[in-house]
Amino acid sequence: MLAFIVNWLKKAALEVQEYMRLIGATMRGVVTPPIYRHDIVEQFDQIGIGSLTVVLLTGFFTGAALASQTGITLDQFGARPVVGRLVSASIVTELGPVLTALMLTGRIGSGIAAELGSMVVTDQVSALRALGTDPIRKLVVPRVLAGLVMAPILTIVSDFVGIVGGWIVSRFQLQVASGQYWSSVTDVLFIQDVQQGLIKPFVFGFMIVTIACHVGLRTKGGTQGVGRATTIAVVAGSVSIIAMDFFITQVLVTLLY
Amino acid sequence: MDETASATAASILSEPGAPVVVFDRVQLAFDDKVVLKDVSFTLIKGHTKIILGASGAGKSITLKIILGLLRADGGVVWVNGARVDQLSERELMPVRADLGMIFQEGALFDSLTVRENVGYKLYEETDMPIEDVDRRVEEVLGFIGLSEHIDKMPSELSGGQRRRVAIARAMAFKPRILLYDEATTGLDPITATTVDDEIIKLRDLEGVSSIVVTHQLRDAFYIATHMAVRDSGGAVRILPATPEKADEAEFIMLKDGLICFEGNAEELRSSTDPYLRQFLT
Repeated sequence: MLAFIVNWLKKAALEVQEYMRLIGATMRGVVTPPIYRHDIVEQFDQIGIGSLTVVLLTGFFTGAALASQTGITLDQFGARPVVGRLVSASIVTELGPVLTALMLTGRIGSGIAAELGSMVVTDQVSALRALGTDPIRKLVVPRVLAGLVMAPILTIVSDFVGIVGGWIVSRFQLQVASGQYWSSVTDVLFIQDVQQGLIKPFVFGFMIVTIACHVGLRTKGGTQGVGRATTIAVVAGSVSIIAMDFFITQVLVTLLY
Repeated sequence: MDETASATAASILSEPGAPVVVFDRVQLAFDDKVVLKDVSFTLIKGHTKIILGASGAGKSITLKIILGLLRADGGVVWVNGARVDQLSERELMPVRADLGMIFQEGALFDSLTVRENVGYKLYEETDMPIEDVDRRVEEVLGFIGLSEHIDKMPSELSGGQRRRVAIARAMAFKPRILLYDEATTGLDPITATTVDDEIIKLRDLEGVSSIVVTHQLRDAFYIATHMAVRDSGGAVRILPATPEKADEAEFIMLKDGLICFEGNAEELRSSTDPYLRQFLT
């Protein structure tokens, strides 16, 4: 039993060490040449534009469902007109960043782990090294940059369509006047909320991509290993996002409010 | 390495018969499994070293150590006068500029066309003008007879064509050493012979030193006992090798992490060692 625990701890420590080394190498790759511009543009397109549909749909329906649910609760207090406050506060600070990040983990985290994992098991990563290319600079840096930039942008888009979804339900189902909805949306939002809503996706985007790249590049065991890597990337990414959300919220609430 | 040492190494390596790869008492183990116990050999410039052995004998790992993709636990590895066992990933890049490797199954980049695969290093890692790279890619694909497939994706090629594209990719930047990892495994005899012919042509017409890892004895003997010549009309012919040429191809047999045989094709054929006899039959 003790040997099992020691072995598990060693493996965990090795994973953390390798993850930190990947982050260090990525940081060096961001600030030193060579930079593979073509790959960066391609990743911005794949991660950003490619994820737009899923983010729009998720954001819209989340906002609509939230308005519908909170409308019923607020009715008990005769506060239906302030439904916009609840929708905007929930979406901008919490639901927008977290749900967008979870959608991105499912879409791009799994995709990156599968793609890099396949490249590892078919020796394509070794071939890159043999041809004089650093796989971190060629494969990881473009994806990390795209994750860092596109996650906050996609979150802003998701927040907006979520609030629009809430407005449609408030206007046509809850019969709240449009002017009342939009003024209550802006009334409750402080600059700290917006800051919180933008800092979180920045961290989440970095985590989703680095975890997926780390897992993908350490794939072992053929096609079965690729499947395992994909699952690990999604599970580890999702759990990390939810856990990190709690810690970031604690820090930001202490620092900003 | 300082400049004087580099100049001396370059001068020695430019001589005929210079050692371009030296494996000196190399050892490697993965946890409790010893892969290479004590392996030493030398590849002479322009010669061919054919590494034979059963699956798991450490043949492919030997190539990866030469390329610096894996680090040996002990021993010394010299490639073109550089100790690759001591170099960092960044320091290995200049060494790899003179090494080409053909991986098992080709390891072509799925998302790139044949043109982009073959010219990958020149497009991405050099300042060579695009027109010159295009010209070189077309020249190399012409050499291996795949010009008409230049704009196809790797998934549209047959197994033999993929291996030949992998050879084209490895030779596009004109390395002086080529490492072949099971280049003919899984191919039918006719396609395998086409790949063997490319290996022979590169060795005899381009002066490339080669290390061929295989367990396909038919291909190993074919490469060792044939030579390529260009006739007066410029056509390339594959002929049985002269005795002197055949001596330039040396066989190594790996067994239990050690070299159990080293010699030319004739010596291998006439060996009475029970393991070798079993392997040869």
